Amino acid sequence: MKLRIKFSKHGAIRYIGHLDVMRFFQKAIRRAEIDVTYSQGFSPHQIMSFAQPLSVGHESNGEYMDIQVNSMVSCEDVKKRINAASVEGIQVLSVIELPDNAVNAMASVAAAEYTVTFKDVRGPALNIYQVLPEFLSREQIIYTKESKKGTREVDLKPGIYQLSCEGDNSAIHMLLDASSGSNIKPVQVMEAILASHGEQLQENALMVTREDTYTNIGTQEQPHFVPLDAPQLTKE
Amino acid sequence: MNNHLALSDDILMKIEKPARYIGNEVNAVYKDTSKVDVRFCMCFPDVYEIGMSHLGIQIIYDMLNRWDDVWCERVYSPWLDLDAIMREEKIPLFALESQEPVKNFDFLGITVQYEMCYTNILQVLDLSGIPLLAKDRTEEDPIVIGGGPCTYNPEPIADFFDIFYIGEGETQYRKLLDIYKEYKAAGKSRQDFLFAAAQIPGMYVPALYEVSYHEDGTISSFEPVSEELPRTILKEIEMNVSDTYYPMKPVVPYIKVTQDRVVLEIQRGCIRGCRFCQAGQLYRPVRERDVEVMKQYALEMLKNTGHEEISLSSLSSSDYTQLPELIDFLIEECGPRHINISLPSLRIDAFSLDVMSKVQDIRKSSLTFAPEAGSQRLRNVINKGLTEEVILNGAALAFEGGWTRVKLYFMLGLPTETEEDIRGIAELSNKIAATFFETVPKDKRVNGKVQIVTSTSFFVPKPFTPFQWAPQCTKEEFLDKAYQTKKAITEQLNQKSIKYNWHEADASVMEGVLARGDRRLGEVIRRVYEKGCFYDAWSEYFKNDVWIDTIEECGLTADFYTTRERSLEEIFPWDFIDAGITKDFLKREWLKAQKETISENCKLKCQGCGANRFGGGICFEERTDA
Repeated sequence: MKLRIKFSKHGAIRYIGHLDVMRFFQKAIRRAEIDVTYSQGFSPHQIMSFAQPLSVGHESNGEYMDIQVNSMVSCEDVKKRINAASVEGIQVLSVIELPDNAVNAMASVAAAEYTVTFKDVRGPALNIYQVLPEFLSREQIIYTKESKKGTREVDLKPGIYQLSCEGDNSAIHMLLDASSGSNIKPVQVMEAILASHGEQLQENALMVTREDTYTNIGTQEQPHFVPLDAPQLTKE
Repeated sequence: MNNHLALSDDILMKIEKPARYIGNEVNAVYKDTSKVDVRFCMCFPDVYEIGMSHLGIQIIYDMLNRWDDVWCERVYSPWLDLDAIMREEKIPLFALESQEPVKNFDFLGITVQYEMCYTNILQVLDLSGIPLLAKDRTEEDPIVIGGGPCTYNPEPIADFFDIFYIGEGETQYRKLLDIYKEYKAAGKSRQDFLFAAAQIPGMYVPALYEVSYHEDGTISSFEPVSEELPRTILKEIEMNVSDTYYPMKPVVPYIKVTQDRVVLEIQRGCIRGCRFCQAGQLYRPVRERDVEVMKQYALEMLKNTGHEEISLSSLSSSDYTQLPELIDFLIEECGPRHINISLPSLRIDAFSLDVMSKVQDIRKSSLTFAPEAGSQRLRNVINKGLTEEVILNGAALAFEGGWTRVKLYFMLGLPTETEEDIRGIAELSNKIAATFFETVPKDKRVNGKVQIVTSTSFFVPKPFTPFQWAPQCTKEEFLDKAYQTKKAITEQLNQKSIKYNWHEADASVMEGVLARGDRRLGEVIRRVYEKGCFYDAWSEYFKNDVWIDTIEECGLTADFYTTRERSLEEIFPWDFIDAGITKDFLKREWLKAQKETISENCKLKCQGCGANRFGGGICFEERTDA
């Protein structure tokens, strides 16, 4: 049986990296005595797929991972067991059963929704609320990605599905492309907004919360984003 | 759970592995400070991943936290990146659970597992804002208490500790803390408490003992300052090992640590009596844990941690009498749950090969032999009862079973070692390779070859071993021996199958200085630390020149502690500690070593080491002809 587990990550636990969160769940699932399915071969491991790594320091209300189980009492029971074996900062929010032919969490991801705030007094001079309409009306939003291999220019525009700001700059909401080929990070969008008015983001300025992770049940041209645990995805 | 962190978000986002410093691990213990009387912070003075892998701390942590009036927390050495930030920003070192400054605790307990961590002890004290020297501490400072194998010669670090707890932690902590509470409630001074603590069995309060030296630097006397204090400190030992404290819920780290598994300590002590091995002498007598208890612990700890591996811990697992039963049980229980079994310190024979083939992937695993010396003559000197015949038979069996990789461990610089013994290392490596080609027909050879990895370390004589009288080699001698080994290996027929590794010599010399050092080295350690040395156990941060210069500055020489020939009459800095084995026994063993005579193991014949005074363990079991 394929299960999809939605969980949140808050507080001190946000400093635990993605690989360690995976290790955490592998151990938590054993503590919870879930009848989890292991891969074949000489070093069997739990069959586990994470939707999308969350950066160190970010919080989340919508992380997903898929596991497989050989048997279970109910989804609710799995949720209860893992939560009993978990720590306070990581909480399972929902468990759904997927159809056997379901695409795994990682391959399903199309978009992610974020809330971004500025830490203490690290906001820009710029009033983001005022400049957003103009920023979003641009045909292209060129962003220079820096990596070990060098720099590369990408257009963020097609991947920004929604972008809004509360009047006092206090929180910025965004729905961004999060598919594996063209994932956009919230910090890139913020850098682009500030750069468009000659400002630079201060060091470690952003507090990012991933609100949810989405898959596209529409088409490429007319996307219809639903959370990864939407009823449409559940096994009949 | 504690979301109030001592380090700011900016710092945590900047440093490597912030998870080292945030606590909140599964099974970490949180208590209401208003409901505890004693705050205890337990420290392993090395980086988190090393410290979290240590069983001893988990045992003490669990024991202290079972008591309602005590909250025990943990602290480790901050890594260099955070260390620099904490100094720059004057952030006091904090305990992982409460995230509160260590300085506010009643006790700081430090486990001292290896000599090269001594400067890290000072790092921890310094970052905590606790005076480095015990004599400078006030009522505001925690009581700094040390334990672990290095505290069997605590003298080089005596200046930095208020108390040393000599021996196993299970027995006297309750008494120590009760007396502490009593003195605290009565408003008595630190000095009064330490004087009372010094009268608890196993407790050594260095400030209450005075050393004087002969002109040649050796010790002329070592005396307590008061007649009420014991002249010798007898080690503490838990005789009832099957019914004592054991951490059923060990703390599970988020990040990968060195020992990322359930550890089942099946016995303490070792019957073998290898003359170079300190642990084999310190932890006598051998005490086995009941196999039924071990089975129950294994299941419970696996359930409570979710670890995917379990490892047996002991100095020589093959000597555990219930090993076959325990392993059968583990295989049966762990197999279906996809839990790996790790079996270190197994002697290679038909039984262990059979077991290993069940629990490991033969193609990926390697066989380990520790002959320690290259010739039978030298193996007799060190009392390592492993013969060439046993090694070659074991290797042949293993090669037939499909293994193709062999690791060999040797020591260079053992007492009486000759060029011939060194050549023996190369020859034994070669014979093992030859055994492979003789045993495995050409068409059955995986990749057509065998891989032998021969490693040598440099021998450092340790207190409470028969070799405590032995001169240690100089750095030049060490390096020459490594060169000879390398050369001898290249001369072997099967040299292409043998890879040779050797350790650096500088750190071994310094380890030797500290291991058999005296109180005068306290100043060296402090000065070295003040010059910026710590993490000396990490070869990339070990600054040999600074150590050498500082020893000289303090009017001492490394040779006095290492290469000097010690007379049988000399008073050693650690002689006031009674590890349960007599100096006479060690002397007998030292003389037997020089005559190349072996001593049978505890199971075959009692050698009269003195450990029977503890009234239990192997000393009172029937001997076998095994």
